[in-house]
Amino acid sequence: MCLAVPGKIVEVRESSGVRMATIDFGGIRREACLEYVPEAGEGDYVMVHVGFAISRVDADEAARTLELLREMDQLAEAGPEEPGGPDEVP
Amino acid sequence: MKYLDEYRDAGLAGKLAEQIRRTATRPAALMEICGGQTHSIVKYGLDELLPREVELVHGPGCPVCVTPLEMLDRAHAIARRPEVIFCSFGDMLRVPGSRGDLFQIKAEGGDVRVVYSPLDCLKLARAHPDRQVVFFAVGFETTAPANAMAVWQARAQGLANFSVLVSHVLVPPAITGILESPNNRVQAFLGPGHVCAVMGWREYEPLAARYRVPVVITGFEPVDLLEGILMAVRQLAQGRAEVENQYARAVTREGNPEAQRRMFQVFETCDRAWRGIGVIPESGYRLRPEFQEFDAGRRFEVESIRPEEPEACISGLVLQGVKKPHDCPAFAKECTPQTPLGATMVSAEGACAAYYNYGRHLVRHAE
Ligand code: SF4
Repeated sequence: MCLAVPGKIVEVRESSGVRMATIDFGGIRREACLEYVPEAGEGDYVMVHVGFAISRVDADEAARTLELLREMDQLAEAGPEEPGGPDEVP
Repeated sequence: MKYLDEYRDAGLAGKLAEQIRRTATRPAALMEICGGQTHSIVKYGLDELLPREVELVHGPGCPVCVTPLEMLDRAHAIARRPEVIFCSFGDMLRVPGSRGDLFQIKAEGGDVRVVYSPLDCLKLARAHPDRQVVFFAVGFETTAPANAMAVWQARAQGLANFSVLVSHVLVPPAITGILESPNNRVQAFLGPGHVCAVMGWREYEPLAARYRVPVVITGFEPVDLLEGILMAVRQLAQGRAEVENQYARAVTREGNPEAQRRMFQVFETCDRAWRGIGVIPESGYRLRPEFQEFDAGRRFEVESIRPEEPEACISGLVLQGVKKPHDCPAFAKECTPQTPLGATMVSAEGACAAYYNYGRHLVRHAE
């Protein structure tokens, strides 16, 4: 029930006085209300729950967490680095 | 998908499990609060990656499971009325009241509709001015801002034919209830990431301090959950009891101030009955007096109903982490998702249903 899914804001508009947006979830597009994330705009990622963006995904924090995890990964492995870039997922 | 796939990386998950194994020195029971987390844990078999010392018990965080039978019966009575268009999130449709579920009411000619967003109900109300549109507003703090916005907008747009049946529940009072229980064996919590995206984690700090229990705000993907477990196990090993945030990409300490502001304009806290558990003080939201004209409970007189729960069901203990689905004699026998006896078998996020859907009863039988 408390599921929220990350999606990318592709287009922002106004509808009956409410800030709405089209959000792209890996190719599937849906409407969501942006009233609760006034700081978010086109190109930003937001967490969407029942048609509402409830938080903006903090790209720096996401990158930092993954960096830390991967460092740990390599320490544990004590072997060669993983092939490919660390965190670029298209 | 960005921000999802990288948190499902099997290699990373394996390394985290390894770290947990190294860190866990003595037995500990950890509870994940949220039903969505329970679902991920059982789906990906994360509990089976853990060392024997670390046990996961499943929490009460499934709003569908804890909505009292009495509230369901009330919703169903309203949904049966001919002038009503009854709107609900999809997961409430199969939940049985004392006399059938919303699906059955729909089959019998009731106008029951599944909405994706509560704002969809306002469109319906505008399109059908001669009908009464009622929305079943369930959920935790994650969902409350969306439901609050629907009521707020209905008032702004002067929609007289829209109302809500509110049955909101809150996480911190439920945690307090679990910690106060003499049966409690939970030593650390994985906090509910999306509830905290809205509320932040300040409310969990007095809990962690008072009961000396680590709380790690955790996300929903396998890597998130394993990292959350590692952080909690590390706190236990080091004798710390703090609130930590594993889910920093979506959660801040303050949460979402805009969402909180709107929620508290529309809702106020109240005592609330939890199915299988009983009344927990100050554990829910209801409409503020200024919004009572939108209260479906007032708009539609419904005779008061005193339903009875099946005796065999121990879902109250499952919801509080005292028992596991396997401990129930009816599990996977009389009680299955097709013939649910209790709350935790009804919703896909309930612990009993998650165990059943991912074949845990089969594994157990094979042992
Ligand atoms: S298996 Fe069924 S009867 Fe047993 S606790 Fe779970 S929901 Fe209740």
